[in-house]
Amino acid sequence: MTKTLIRYLPLLLLALVWEMAARFEWVSTTALPPLSDVVRAWIELMLDGELLRNSASSLYRIAGGLGLAIVVGTILGIGMAWWKPVNVLLAPIVEVFYPVPKSALIPVTVIWLGFGDGSKILLIFLGCMVPVTIGAFNGARASEQVMVWSARSMGASKLRVLWDVVMPGAMPELLNGIRTALALSFILLVSSELIVAQKGFGYLIGSLGAGGSYDAMYAVVLTVAFLGFAADRAYLEIVRRTLAWRSVA
Amino acid sequence: MQKPAHIFIDHVSHMYRPPRGREVLALDAVSLEVRQSEFIALLGPSGCGKSTLLYLIGGFLPVEKGEIRVDGKPVAGPGPDRGIVFQHFALFPWKTVRGNVLYGLERQGMAKAERETRAMEYIELVGLHGFEDSYPSQLSGGMKQRAAIARTLAFDPKILLMDEPFGALDAQTRGLMQMELLRIWQRAPKTVIFVTHDVQEAVLLSDRVAVMTARPGRIKTIVDTKFDKNDPDIFKNKTFVEKVDEVWNLVKDEAIKAQGKRSA
Repeated sequence: MTKTLIRYLPLLLLALVWEMAARFEWVSTTALPPLSDVVRAWIELMLDGELLRNSASSLYRIAGGLGLAIVVGTILGIGMAWWKPVNVLLAPIVEVFYPVPKSALIPVTVIWLGFGDGSKILLIFLGCMVPVTIGAFNGARASEQVMVWSARSMGASKLRVLWDVVMPGAMPELLNGIRTALALSFILLVSSELIVAQKGFGYLIGSLGAGGSYDAMYAVVLTVAFLGFAADRAYLEIVRRTLAWRSVA
Repeated sequence: MQKPAHIFIDHVSHMYRPPRGREVLALDAVSLEVRQSEFIALLGPSGCGKSTLLYLIGGFLPVEKGEIRVDGKPVAGPGPDRGIVFQHFALFPWKTVRGNVLYGLERQGMAKAERETRAMEYIELVGLHGFEDSYPSQLSGGMKQRAAIARTLAFDPKILLMDEPFGALDAQTRGLMQMELLRIWQRAPKTVIFVTHDVQEAVLLSDRVAVMTARPGRIKTIVDTKFDKNDPDIFKNKTFVEKVDEVWNLVKDEAIKAQGKRSA
């Protein structure tokens, strides 16, 4: 515990420098309102329910988009590693789609599904599916022939082998891909909400900024930053438990 | 216990097709008959196709030319009548020793209470009592191979296929494991096909040694190596020394040929 505190001490220093820079007007308070004002604005946003309402819709979009991406991406990646025709069909699509900046798709998803949740979920789904698919593919492709053969000789059907041997073997790479997807989901969420949305973190940041409430705007930015960090930490804990068999030695 | 099986291999040839490069004839018209409860060693230089022959019997590779029959039925894919033990164990690293041994029993649809008892019985048989909850990464090489052998013996296959099972172990562990396998096999004889390039190991363990030629693999000769193996000083035993010498002379030329081919 003390170790963790010491580890994050630089953050406290940064907060202190921030507060001082604003209080002593080393920088313009419009550009950087004092941290204490930001905290006060955060409490107000929480009390009138504005932040919670917008958090709820943002988290709903992330859960929907990321959840779909994990399920579909895993199936596609393992399918590509396991059946040649699936690979022939999908590999070039994934290859070309991989480097496309997914934020460029924001207007496209809005045309398809409108200003609401649908377009955000679709964007997050499309963007996050790529790292998940690649993770599952690399993991499944590396599955050892002798392990597959062992399972087959013990009476496992081909489908059963996929679930019992290929899936757990692919898990380390797959979980890595999902971690990338998790970070990406926050990026896509906020950027799409900044451009076209009527609620969510991005919408709140944009409208508060446009209205000149910079302390409140910073409060939302910090909230998103903290949520992203907390999600990653929680995820790493899940990974640690899932892959406990690797670290017991 | 399952009745040990009889294996009939008739003019089996196999082409090895690497992802890149040209195809190679790995096995050339191999014929061999393995009797019930017989322990037979496939001995030959590396690259002679002895493992390939084992994988064909296991049903992991398709028999394209010739025929392999187990108890009269042609082999078509892997099945629990033929258990296999690999050189690098092939244990499931995400399962404990118990989980690994249970896996085959689960796939056979054995009832829970029965398979738990059976798993522990075989874990004890290979001397891993106390390690049933360990993961493979926590075990030494010898212990991993014990676990793999327990996993395969537990579901009681009629045939035991062993692919250089002690090849990755240090010399002392290998010696102990050979003795142990002999002890287990003498208690419950199964039909065993044991692939190795170690002459002493082949003579020590098997009833017959099938010496294979350098690539393309053929059966060069079959040497009868059945004699009393219970001599505590077996490595100085006259019959043993003579048999090792005889087999070594047969395999030496092939080993030299295989070396020459590789450096060419």
